Amino acid sequence: MTAPLLALQGVGKSFRRYRREIHRVLSWFGLPMPPVDERWVLRDIGFAVHPGEAVGIVGRNGAGKSTLLKMIAGIMRQTEGSIIVSGRIAAILELGMGFSGELTGRQNVFHAAGMMGFSHAEIEAALDDIAGFAEIGAFFDQPIRVYSSGMQMRLAFAVATAFRPDILIVDEALAVGDAYFQHKSMERIRAFQAQGTSLILVSHDKVALQSLCTRAILLDGGTLLRDGDPQSVLDYYNALLAKKEGEEIEVETLADGRVRTISGTREAVIESASLLGPDGGPADTVGVGATVTLLVRARVVREIPSLVLGYAIKDRLGQTFFGINTAFSKQGIVAPPVGATYTFRIAFPMMLGPGTYSIALALSGGESHLDSNYEWRDLALMFDVVNLDKAPFDGKMYMPPAITIER
Amino acid sequence: MTPATQPRGGFARSWAYRYFVLSSIATDFRLRVVRSRLGLVWLILSPLLQVAIYALVLSAVMRARLPGIDNQYAYAIYLLAGFLAWYPFTEIVTRCVTIFIDNANAMKKIAFPRAVLPLVTLGIAVVNNLIMLAVVLAAFLLMGHAPSLTVLWLPLILAVNLGLAMGLGLCCGVLNVFIRDIGQLVQIALQFGFWLTPIVYVIDIIPASYRWIIALNPVFWVVDNYHRVLVYDLPPNWQALGAAAALACLLLALGRFMLRRSQADMMDAL
Repeated sequence: MTAPLLALQGVGKSFRRYRREIHRVLSWFGLPMPPVDERWVLRDIGFAVHPGEAVGIVGRNGAGKSTLLKMIAGIMRQTEGSIIVSGRIAAILELGMGFSGELTGRQNVFHAAGMMGFSHAEIEAALDDIAGFAEIGAFFDQPIRVYSSGMQMRLAFAVATAFRPDILIVDEALAVGDAYFQHKSMERIRAFQAQGTSLILVSHDKVALQSLCTRAILLDGGTLLRDGDPQSVLDYYNALLAKKEGEEIEVETLADGRVRTISGTREAVIESASLLGPDGGPADTVGVGATVTLLVRARVVREIPSLVLGYAIKDRLGQTFFGINTAFSKQGIVAPPVGATYTFRIAFPMMLGPGTYSIALALSGGESHLDSNYEWRDLALMFDVVNLDKAPFDGKMYMPPAITIER
Repeated sequence: MTPATQPRGGFARSWAYRYFVLSSIATDFRLRVVRSRLGLVWLILSPLLQVAIYALVLSAVMRARLPGIDNQYAYAIYLLAGFLAWYPFTEIVTRCVTIFIDNANAMKKIAFPRAVLPLVTLGIAVVNNLIMLAVVLAAFLLMGHAPSLTVLWLPLILAVNLGLAMGLGLCCGVLNVFIRDIGQLVQIALQFGFWLTPIVYVIDIIPASYRWIIALNPVFWVVDNYHRVLVYDLPPNWQALGAAAALACLLLALGRFMLRRSQADMMDAL
């Protein structure tokens, strides 16, 4: 593998409080002034990013994501450890910073790009590209205060990405403008990636993370909890979100290398799960349109107020195509006796296009696994859909059409 | 495209940002002009009006007190020279004290060397002062006071003045991020400083037994030299100027040291 563009080793950040601020000032001059408390927001973070990689950073609020990005971008200084960067970093932490309402778009471009360290000649050379990409036309020579917020954002994005960086850091700023412009921004980011730019992305948008990232990092409580493929890290993150006291999260590596995450209180457990084909036998390959049955056996381990089974069918990227639970279908089991075993039989026609899918199962107390999560099992079952007897079609869904042609 | 390296602060790195410093200075002027009719005229008008007010109010008191200059407008000339020194000094100190707080938003979102900010302030003050210098010299000629060749010392004295202001401003600016009282304190200190410096009065009106207090004021070391070269056609008082220059260097070094040492803490406190 080539040398990493970015390497973090044992990085930590603490905020120090002193009895008086003057003690802090004296500490700069080498006087021994112990802080009254030191709060670590990040500790022992280590990872490397190679050219062309796209790393998503996920974590709950306060997990230290923004602090980590700011340290990588060089805005904040780490308290310990080393951050080695080879190449130029561009960080889009907030769009439109450094813009001034009274200046024209053109003047603001010079100012903002100058703030990024570019010279007049470099900006001049990129000016047409910036104006073109932002698509603000004649407004380019009008003061920014007359712009719509969408126009300002577009211009800001165009400036921020006018020069291809070696590492692009994006913090939740991807949703810029309308769908058309979002698509265009994504294209630009993908093009950068293809040319070797590494991407570091913080977002709560799972779709964006899964479609853009080749790798994900989960931060929790200031430590690096998981580092791996986006699907498994997001599954783990999902389990973490629902985790309450007394719960544990298990991970198993499956035969194909994917990681199954199982979480919950285990007050009720899934005994077995299988997918049955039209013939009643277990099926891991299903024809388009065939009727299949999802068979789940669950056992109640401890006294619980209610039991709900939910399932979701997801594609390879982890996007849910269909999900429902027995609370939605008004079939929740109230006060199930301890030790009871329930068999859920769910029959449905496979209206998906050819591809690989997985089923996630969840036992919970209500509509959402955030209420009380007994067991949550990602990648519980996996199956392939193949087109056996239907006319060829494209796409992820099967919607059998009735086509009539008149003349 | 030059592969701009990771900007982590420091005056040396600011060199890569020289274009930004220049464009920021230009931007500052553009913003002042863009939506006001008189634009840059205000820049000249407000100090001149202040001089005019002092000249009107105090000229009667000060009339006979300016030995060594034979001109009916002597007091106005004296005032202009003093304000020419005082304006850039207060402007730089006032701006520098809040410079990091004022730019906190940009500093928290964009990586650029922090040293760029005081450099921009310095640049703006220099341009302002050059404009004012031109106006003052024009006013001198109108009042029949052609400055002698000693005026050629002025750039040197100006440099010391700017250095003193930058050093003081930088130290206070860094401290103000952590101890916000500094900002208030500096404002009051500047008010006192104005009256503790012979700008609207001459030092001779102070009783001789109290003059040592004024003599301890480093701004006086500079202002006195402005008076010497612009009003009295005398060469600079080298002792005072040297002391001011030494103090300026000391403060600048201290400011730079504090700026560096505070680097890790500053973003946390903003």
